[in-house]
Amino acid sequence: MTTTTGTPVTTGAVGTAHSRVEGRDKVTGAARYAGEIPFADLAHGWMVASTVARGRILAVEDAPVLAMPGVLAVLHHGNAPRVDAEFIGQLGQPDPVMAAFQHDRVPFVGWPVALVVAETSEQAREAAEALVVRYDTEPHDVAFYPDRPGTYLPENTPMLTAETAKGDLEAELAASAVVVDARYTTPEEHHSSMEPHAATARWEGGRLEVHDSNQGSKWVADELAALFSLDPASVRVRSEHVGGAFGSKGVRPHQVLAVMAATVLDRPVRVVLTRHQMFSVVGYRSPTVQRVRLGADADGRLRGLDHQSQSVTSTVFEFVEQSASIARILYGADAHHTVNRVVPLDVPTPTWMRAPGEAPGSFALESAMDELAEKCGMDPIALRARNEPGAGPVSGLPFSSRNLNACFQEGARRFGWADRDPRPGLRSEGRWLLGTGTAAATYPSGVAPSTAAVTAEADGTYTVRITAADVGTGARTALTQIAADALSVAAERVRVRIADSDFGPAMVAGGSTGTRSWAWAVMAAAGELREQLALGGDVPPQGITARSNTAELVGSLPPKERHSFGAQFAEVAVDVSSGEVRVRRLLGIFAAGRIVNPLTARSQLVGGMTWGLSMALHEEAIRDQMSGGHIGADLAGYHFAANADVPLIEADWVDDPVPDDPVGGIKGIGEIGIVGVAAAIANAVWHATGVRHRDLPIRPARVLLAASARPSDEQAASEDGSLA
Amino acid sequence: MREFGYQRVHDVPGAVALRGEEPAARYLGGGTNLVDLMKAGVERPALLIDIRELPLDRIEATASGGLHIGATVTNSDLAAHPRVRFGYPALTQAVLAGASGQLRNMATVGGNLLQRTRCGYFTDTALPCNKRSPGSGCPAVAGEHHNHAILGATEHCVAVHPSDMGVALAALDAVVSYETADGPGELAFTDFYLPVGDTPHRETALPGGALITGITLPPAPVAANSRYRKVRERASYAFAIGSVAAALEVRDGVVRDARLALGAVASRPWRARTAERALIGGPASAEAFEAAADAELAAAEPLPHNRYKVALMRNLVVAVLTELAEQADPAEETVR
Repeated sequence: MTTTTGTPVTTGAVGTAHSRVEGRDKVTGAARYAGEIPFADLAHGWMVASTVARGRILAVEDAPVLAMPGVLAVLHHGNAPRVDAEFIGQLGQPDPVMAAFQHDRVPFVGWPVALVVAETSEQAREAAEALVVRYDTEPHDVAFYPDRPGTYLPENTPMLTAETAKGDLEAELAASAVVVDARYTTPEEHHSSMEPHAATARWEGGRLEVHDSNQGSKWVADELAALFSLDPASVRVRSEHVGGAFGSKGVRPHQVLAVMAATVLDRPVRVVLTRHQMFSVVGYRSPTVQRVRLGADADGRLRGLDHQSQSVTSTVFEFVEQSASIARILYGADAHHTVNRVVPLDVPTPTWMRAPGEAPGSFALESAMDELAEKCGMDPIALRARNEPGAGPVSGLPFSSRNLNACFQEGARRFGWADRDPRPGLRSEGRWLLGTGTAAATYPSGVAPSTAAVTAEADGTYTVRITAADVGTGARTALTQIAADALSVAAERVRVRIADSDFGPAMVAGGSTGTRSWAWAVMAAAGELREQLALGGDVPPQGITARSNTAELVGSLPPKERHSFGAQFAEVAVDVSSGEVRVRRLLGIFAAGRIVNPLTARSQLVGGMTWGLSMALHEEAIRDQMSGGHIGADLAGYHFAANADVPLIEADWVDDPVPDDPVGGIKGIGEIGIVGVAAAIANAVWHATGVRHRDLPIRPARVLLAASARPSDEQAASEDGSLA
Repeated sequence: MREFGYQRVHDVPGAVALRGEEPAARYLGGGTNLVDLMKAGVERPALLIDIRELPLDRIEATASGGLHIGATVTNSDLAAHPRVRFGYPALTQAVLAGASGQLRNMATVGGNLLQRTRCGYFTDTALPCNKRSPGSGCPAVAGEHHNHAILGATEHCVAVHPSDMGVALAALDAVVSYETADGPGELAFTDFYLPVGDTPHRETALPGGALITGITLPPAPVAANSRYRKVRERASYAFAIGSVAAALEVRDGVVRDARLALGAVASRPWRARTAERALIGGPASAEAFEAAADAELAAAEPLPHNRYKVALMRNLVVAVLTELAEQADPAEETVR
């Protein structure tokens, strides 16, 4: 790498509002999504999923189905192409759910057992529903509850630090003037992207071409190449538009099944997952049980902090929801302990879901901080200010920037926090009790190696190529602005092409790392191009292209704690006679580095906050103990916030300069919006009613039972089957 | 999906005759529930008889001063009708508390009465359900039942009827009229739905192949002072976890007339006659309202995860009756 990017000369594109460059295509229907791109001779695959939670497949009775109209093939473990799932991909080992049809074992309800391919989608569906699969069923266990047998401490990996400990926790807790010791639970939650997972695969001139909806086309291409033992250069994956992803859109069974069928039939095959199937094979957020112990001096200074999390995984793959990890960043204490434990059950494997770890973790920790503030008789914001760490509470590393206090100060000013009477249960309006609450938010600001190419075209325009993904966030637009500034040209002269694995390796749209990672690569290539153009001469017809690879730059970043921060504020109304909770307003103030596009950034933050509201009040996937599967696995049964639940939501940010940052202080904002919202709402519900809700979601049943229970009878609130 | 026939009919005798020829046929109104059930494989009709063109789309005053509502009147049109809004406000409120604007534009009054439970076991063909597959069992009793019945259920089925409109109709003494090949018939709303017993798959007293042609509301001055209140797990687009339709006439502090029905507590909209008897002739006081609610709910048999409903229904009954009692002048009732 020969270029230093530094702070680019700006033309003012970054930091100003730009509507989405593909917005017109999307609102006019011109934009094609993966499931609607036309192909000649297209066949349609319909996945068949197991209806038992544990056992072996005895028979897939495909003969009658093969005789049905239009049916071309029935793939299953007895006849499907072999794949090799023993590899380490860009984000680690793959979840074996994608290595479909390789054996007869069934590890959970919803496991793919067959694919019926037919001339039309309707024929494939009818045949799939008629397909009889016989099982040798074994007893299953899907019961997740606190401290259940089988829970273990996982090994550390590059993506998981299971446990951290410093100091004598029990001694500090014993010496504390004030102690909070509480258990919090969060339920199983699902990504529920509006666009279902869809892929079309075909062989074209010796190459495998896949049109997909994903968070990283090079990621998916490389994993498909590894699975099918293909030369990575012979696989091309594109994902032009994505209707939501949230962590669920990596390699999933639909691409693999489409490739298998396209290979067997030698014609294009499309596989689209149903909403019901999405509840089982694309991952989800594990339920959690969290115990938080906080010990403080009378003035609120933390002496001991203990955050323990327990989550679930499948029997075929270990995924750990790292809910306790947020405590490693937010607060220091003399003795500090965090641990993420996990228990394998006969359920699908969870995965990353918007703010994995931080979303459920912040509910527990930030609820506990509110309880501590109550016990100390302190303002919740003052308590947090008192425990602001000067460096990473566990790592000891300096923060690249930390403006959490500024978020609270600005938020408090705009929310009217100063007028708040801290006592609970005092305000009402008709049948509604009113209350306000707050919580802190944080999420890592990571970066990963990426490559990009920037071309100066002969007509004076510029083309950027990078395997970024725009999962609906506005990434394509943000990169257009970043490239325009890096090239010192107007954004209208920049064309950004993304989501094509042929453009080379790049970070996926995940973990709030996309914009920062891609921006760095684009800035580096643009800088290189400007140096070439500075030599003078005409641009030839094929243009002049400069390429970048930020691997070395990323590797040379000094170790620091790099995070976004935020302060969430909520006002709620609670009718304890009906159990209804209404959020009246939300305000989130964030310190998230340099905001590239205020228009789409605000939209993304408001979206995250809306999801936080939904997490607080609505979302909960119900697993039936008898069958081991879900009840109501669709968008009527799985409730998330409807429009009528969403009040005025304001999101804004404070200045958050990141000194000496080679990417100009750009951080990711994909996750930070959801973090802390559920705690702020739960804290507001306490302020309204005087009742602590430590189990999400705060459904009417829980509010009603809490209201009818004696204050000391806390067990009553969880008797509505919170973890059943 | 499976292939099925589709035929649009234009007169009632033709519809009934067609239905008689094809036992596996279903009448198609707005399709807002039937089509979902077809997608889920719960309903597999050989033929859909589209009845939306039948001349049953009128709301008309009856000779006695009541109201007749045709079976194909849409929910939206029903809720908006001035005679309904001012004469039976609970009915308008109930309709508007359900579904969404788009669904209400499609859904019909007749279809609303025949919609099926949203119990998750009923709608998943991979699971047992006595209502869908008689004799296969009811896993909800020991499983997921947080929005299931507390009144009138049996171990064979604990599902609830999802209708909002039906709760108001139950309180308003509606009469359902229907047509069969043998001629017309009528059923009082409280006789329309069958008790659960050990036959939860038999839901209504309609003769086989009968077509609902309309609903008649008798004249009821008390109905002008009526209300519907629904509690659900999100502010919109969800079925009730508890609802109340009530009408109240109070003079000189004494309850002269009362109508009360409860929703989301039973396999049918639950007419609360025990509470009504307790109310009529008694004082319009909070204590009396609480006593009436308790009298009705004394029969409640909650399951482990739905016992919150007893408190919810008690609170809702008291709150709605209190609001009605405080309403000084029924003529000022407005629809929100």
